[in-house]
Amino acid sequence: MHVPDGFLDAPTSVATGLVAAGTVAVALRGARRELDERTAPLAGLTAAFVFAVQMMNFPVGAGTSGHLIGGALTAVLVGPWTAVLCMTVVLVVQAVLFADGGLTALGTNITLMGLVAVALAYGAFRLLVRLLPRTRTAVLAGAGVGAFVSVPAAALVFVGLFAVGGVADVSLGAVAATMGGIHLLIGLGEAAITVAVLSAVLAVRPDLVHGAAHLRRPADLAPRPLTAPAAGGAR
Amino acid sequence: MSRRNRGFLVAGVLLALLVAGVGSYYASSSPDGLEWSAEEEGFGHTAEDSAAADSPLADYAVSGVDDSRLSGGLAGVVGVAVTLALAGGLTLALRRRSGAPASAGDPGDAGATPVPAADRAC
Repeated sequence: MHVPDGFLDAPTSVATGLVAAGTVAVALRGARRELDERTAPLAGLTAAFVFAVQMMNFPVGAGTSGHLIGGALTAVLVGPWTAVLCMTVVLVVQAVLFADGGLTALGTNITLMGLVAVALAYGAFRLLVRLLPRTRTAVLAGAGVGAFVSVPAAALVFVGLFAVGGVADVSLGAVAATMGGIHLLIGLGEAAITVAVLSAVLAVRPDLVHGAAHLRRPADLAPRPLTAPAAGGAR
Repeated sequence: MSRRNRGFLVAGVLLALLVAGVGSYYASSSPDGLEWSAEEEGFGHTAEDSAAADSPLADYAVSGVDDSRLSGGLAGVVGVAVTLALAGGLTLALRRRSGAPASAGDPGDAGATPVPAADRAC
């Protein structure tokens, strides 16, 4: 999904650069609320882990491959604002050191994978967690669905940018169909990896998972037996 | 940091190093979804070389190291280390200090306080 230099014209790249800069500025403020002594080191680890797993391209058939983006995984693990920062660091390191994704396209890549993928994944996750019973399975289901939708969504936003500032004169409908179709398949891989990693973390350290905070009972904070009749309808 | 947290972090970093340093050799080298779509739809040729294409780590290979397994593995390890340092440094600088009373003097706290102050100034 890393957009190289050249696909989009200069005005579009400048515009996505501004969107990316604004997003990061807001995330720098928002992340302060999510990060404390316990979660800050986890956020560093999450970024490093996403970098590593993004190297693991998996085959998607037809001579194509895909890799994890990590929008859902990071947002559920460390919170959406911190996720934006984690994804941004990964994308900057990839573009600057590894020439993976263009330099003038860095704003585009941060917009697609740092903003669109994270926002959509987290939105879908929150919605499902609200609708489903308050269980670990629901957290995993929400993360899996969020991961799945985030990939074709980011792909279609790229097509939208391409419609505005693509330098090649090709059929947009065909580009949308090809991009959307292949990224639906890659989205399945995204969901599988997200659910696998998240269930492993939930198994050993559920207390570190931002998106599972609602599963922790007040009893965890103030251990006192036999207080909650468990019938209370209050959320 | 509690011993439990430290254990989890060390295990996580080791896993990331293993994936990037060893596992990545076995990753698919087929074009990714975007590259493939660009070729299919006829705009692949509009891609330009990044200004970073001459980086000694470009395309996840260390220039001068011929063995592809070693070259890719080293590049992965460097990438994990740099990402961990940058993201870890940033999130540590942004974190809420346990400013609660009676947080029996954590020596790490005092030393790190100037960072967000400088951060806010700019």
